[in-house]
Amino acid sequence: MAQITAGHRDLGASAEARTRATRRVRDRAGPLEFHRRKWLWAVLGVTLALLYAPILSLMVFSFNNSRRNVVWQGFTTDYYVRAWNNASLIEAFTNSLTIAVVATIVSTVIGAMVALMLWRFRFPFKAAYEGFMVLPIVVPEICMGVAMLAFFGSVGWPSGGPWPLNLSAIMIAHIAFCFPFVAIVVRARLAGFNRELEEASRDLGGNEWQTFRYVIIPFLKPGLVAGALLAFTLSLDDFVITFFTSGPNAVTFPVKIYSMVRFSVTPEVNAASTVLILITVIATIAAVRLQSPERAAE
Amino acid sequence: MESWRRNPLVFAVLALPGTFWLVVFFLIPLGMVWILSFGEKTSIVDIAITWTSANYQRAFQPIYLEIIWKSIWVSAIATALCLLVAYPIAFLISFMPPRLKTLFLLAVILPFWINMLIRTYALIAVFRRNGHVNGILEWLWELGNSLLTAIGLGQYQLLGERFQPLPLLYNDFAVMVGLVYVFLPFMVLPLYATIDRLDKSYLEASLDLGASQVRTFFSVTLPLTMPGVISGIILVFIPCLGAFLIPDLLGGTNAQMIGNVITRQFKEANDWPFGSALSFLLMYATFAALALRSLFAGRRSQLEA
Repeated sequence: MAQITAGHRDLGASAEARTRATRRVRDRAGPLEFHRRKWLWAVLGVTLALLYAPILSLMVFSFNNSRRNVVWQGFTTDYYVRAWNNASLIEAFTNSLTIAVVATIVSTVIGAMVALMLWRFRFPFKAAYEGFMVLPIVVPEICMGVAMLAFFGSVGWPSGGPWPLNLSAIMIAHIAFCFPFVAIVVRARLAGFNRELEEASRDLGGNEWQTFRYVIIPFLKPGLVAGALLAFTLSLDDFVITFFTSGPNAVTFPVKIYSMVRFSVTPEVNAASTVLILITVIATIAAVRLQSPERAAE
Repeated sequence: MESWRRNPLVFAVLALPGTFWLVVFFLIPLGMVWILSFGEKTSIVDIAITWTSANYQRAFQPIYLEIIWKSIWVSAIATALCLLVAYPIAFLISFMPPRLKTLFLLAVILPFWINMLIRTYALIAVFRRNGHVNGILEWLWELGNSLLTAIGLGQYQLLGERFQPLPLLYNDFAVMVGLVYVFLPFMVLPLYATIDRLDKSYLEASLDLGASQVRTFFSVTLPLTMPGVISGIILVFIPCLGAFLIPDLLGGTNAQMIGNVITRQFKEANDWPFGSALSFLLMYATFAALALRSLFAGRRSQLEA
């Protein structure tokens, strides 16, 4: 940790002092001890500061008691209350969460099945099939968005209907781009599976289903949860594909924010964004913890 | 791995939902766009598929060619900037002790999970006329002015009569910064993955044999981590090329990219055939980039074999 504090203190120092300090450290640091190079820490420090500054200022200024939100005028939670009382914003938020939950469940199931199939079976044109499966990941989002627009526009289904059926087109599109990601995460987990466990289960008289239920699923659990969280954040975050898929009555949170942003930058949007950021960050940290090596080894 | 013939039922059960979903809700829609791109608008709402190439020809008119060209170079510069910033970061992280490694890797990736729209929107607050950057500049200006007044030079208005906010938003500069800001983690991750796997004894050998750090970097480290560099370039360049949100919010009408033109054809102009042709040009560009990468990877593995 001493290295970090040293690196950070260094940022404020004058250029001259910095060169001197670097030279001094370089004498001490071994040729491959790059983590002791201060200029590398400086690049990292400045980049992280630039990455986080806009996001943090957005979050901080969501509590600012002013509409012209560049100067701090005092603390208020007024804009959270306003965002909460903004019916269309809350509706969009509910829509987004509903879509994300459905997309997560369906894409986790489908993605896990695809992963299991690719892991277990050998079949003709497998390489081509794998390429086909990652297509939604590599195709530019906007191309997929217009494809969804053309498709749902011409089949005329599923449009309208009572809530949440009016969201089904968006859900379908989200599942299409989420489940390949789940498949990749689950397959990575399966790569570490000891096949002898499966054989043992068979030897002990377990059938296909029992082996699946009591051996494979428990092993896959961290991968499934991580994949599900990935799908959840991907769906919650998506703007472009939803923008093309959604009808006028099925607005999601990012699409709503987009239309609000186009008019002006308001603290209300800051407040709503802050809530979404917190949800995403919590989900991400949970996913990362589940995938960390110590956990995976359990 | 067993053959699918041994257990066709299990194979089918596992394969069907995913295949069905992707064929019906992905491949068929894309196919429709592909067919649409050969269509003609016959009235405001009707499109006839006449297998004309007029839409593609129109895409190569100077006005669109210019936007395509600009999208390519804006994306290329943004990708180069990402590479320049991400390489030292990925390099440093891969040399950190394990605990710090996880921490800093997470710190770099975390913004990538935050909604892209929100991150772009956060940049607006930084760059706009009365945003944070101009706020700081104005504060510095006032500070400088009061200093000048204090030393008796106030009446000359050396810093200009009034503070002039810099036009940071709604231009190519803003779009480029936005692209780097949003896509940087895509560059760090593949770079980190290859640098971390790099056998550090090669670097040691090079340094032991008398090469300088710079020479070692360019003749050993960089060539050995080239696969990561290529992956990073592709992962950043492709989404930049197709970006719609960032040029829309940060560039306004001054800095449009292909993504904005495609969106306009589908939303406002209602010219689906032309929009489809443009999106397929974007797809072809993507596939060309991916093919280049696999070509490169293929040649590499041949060399190593």
